[in-house]
Amino acid sequence: MTAKYAHPEYLVETGWVAEHLNDPSLRLAESDEDPLLYEIGHIPGAVKVDWFTTLQHPVKRDFITKTEFEQLGSQLGISNNTTVIFYGDKSNWFACYALWLFQYYGHQNVRIMNGGRAKWEKENRHFTKEVPTYAKAAYTAKEPDASIRAFRDDVFTHVRLKKALVDVRSPKEFSGELLHMPNYPQEGATRGGHIPGAVSIPWSQAVLEADSTFKPAEELKLLYERQNISPEKDIIAYCRIGERSSHTWFVLKYLLGYPNVRNYDGSWTEWGNLVGAPIEK
Amino acid sequence: MPDAIPARLAEIIEEFQFCEGREKLELLVQYAESLPPLPDWLIQKRDAMAQVPECMTPVFIQAESKDGRFVFHFDVPAESPMVRGFASVMKQGLDGATAEPVLQVPHDFFLAMGLDSVLTHQRLNGLSAILAHMKQLAVQMMGA
Repeated sequence: MTAKYAHPEYLVETGWVAEHLNDPSLRLAESDEDPLLYEIGHIPGAVKVDWFTTLQHPVKRDFITKTEFEQLGSQLGISNNTTVIFYGDKSNWFACYALWLFQYYGHQNVRIMNGGRAKWEKENRHFTKEVPTYAKAAYTAKEPDASIRAFRDDVFTHVRLKKALVDVRSPKEFSGELLHMPNYPQEGATRGGHIPGAVSIPWSQAVLEADSTFKPAEELKLLYERQNISPEKDIIAYCRIGERSSHTWFVLKYLLGYPNVRNYDGSWTEWGNLVGAPIEK
Repeated sequence: MPDAIPARLAEIIEEFQFCEGREKLELLVQYAESLPPLPDWLIQKRDAMAQVPECMTPVFIQAESKDGRFVFHFDVPAESPMVRGFASVMKQGLDGATAEPVLQVPHDFFLAMGLDSVLTHQRLNGLSAILAHMKQLAVQMMGA
């Protein structure tokens, strides 16, 4: 008997998306690491939700406000009843990040297109440069959902109480060997290592290399449970800026159905720069 | 525009200055799409290069000097059009230049293109690193 994802309704497949391109109750949204990919070509009808220029506050390190989020939804023709399907590059890192932020502001009807942009491309499906316009929709956001976002004080409490922390960065970032990437100076933090007590489960272990889709449920279950990241725990996931950990957050929350998972979007670029914050190497 | 910037690069910067928001991205797409593939003699060398790990774009740059003038070759994966666009700007802007003007390009010249409005600071650091690498190659070749 094959184990199933806890909430399979949060995933859609590329073939399904291809058949529903003209469904007015859906809105496709592309969220990439590379800010030019959407312009190079996107799935017909998809809007662009850039993690930086669209979702980040223009001045301080935070997300856009609730009011700005409402304006965004309205501009993209997303109403409170619209189902938003996210997809993107890098195995859907930023698609998961955008989905997480939509949930943060209370948008419940969200999906990830399994395999993301790379799979759509591999299957030779159609891309277009045509940017769609949609009639403005009425959109009301909810107050931020604190149950899915961790701030640094929450992480301090977690460390003190020895609660579950998942570091989803690469092994070398976890060990502190890698402080910043070759050719990309100043990208990391002033200190290397990980948050004390965190276990290392790189995000990439949750996807199949062949097509970037999520691994089957039983493999995912084993992956996290063998490191004691189990459903009854209160879990915080982090990476460098919170995008890879959104991916793991999505896996734990919706594919495995863990009820208490938060994403620490401050992640290593905050923790590794915080004066006095405890670090393990 | 400071005198130090080679004329062709200065033209490109101006081109970007005339564009706003999305137009800037569209212009960068045009550059990305016009980046030529690696010449055959470099392809083999490219495969022997170590890849920059996770999350980063593996960029390979090679410089050739012909009569003291540089020609740069870039290899950037198709899934990273932003970096391709920038590489293409650098190639078109600096090919044919001698060492001195290459070395004098300000490390943050792209701020004049207004790219800071569409790219994160981390991305911009990456662009700066590409320029720094090109300068390094130029210095190495002068010493050779």
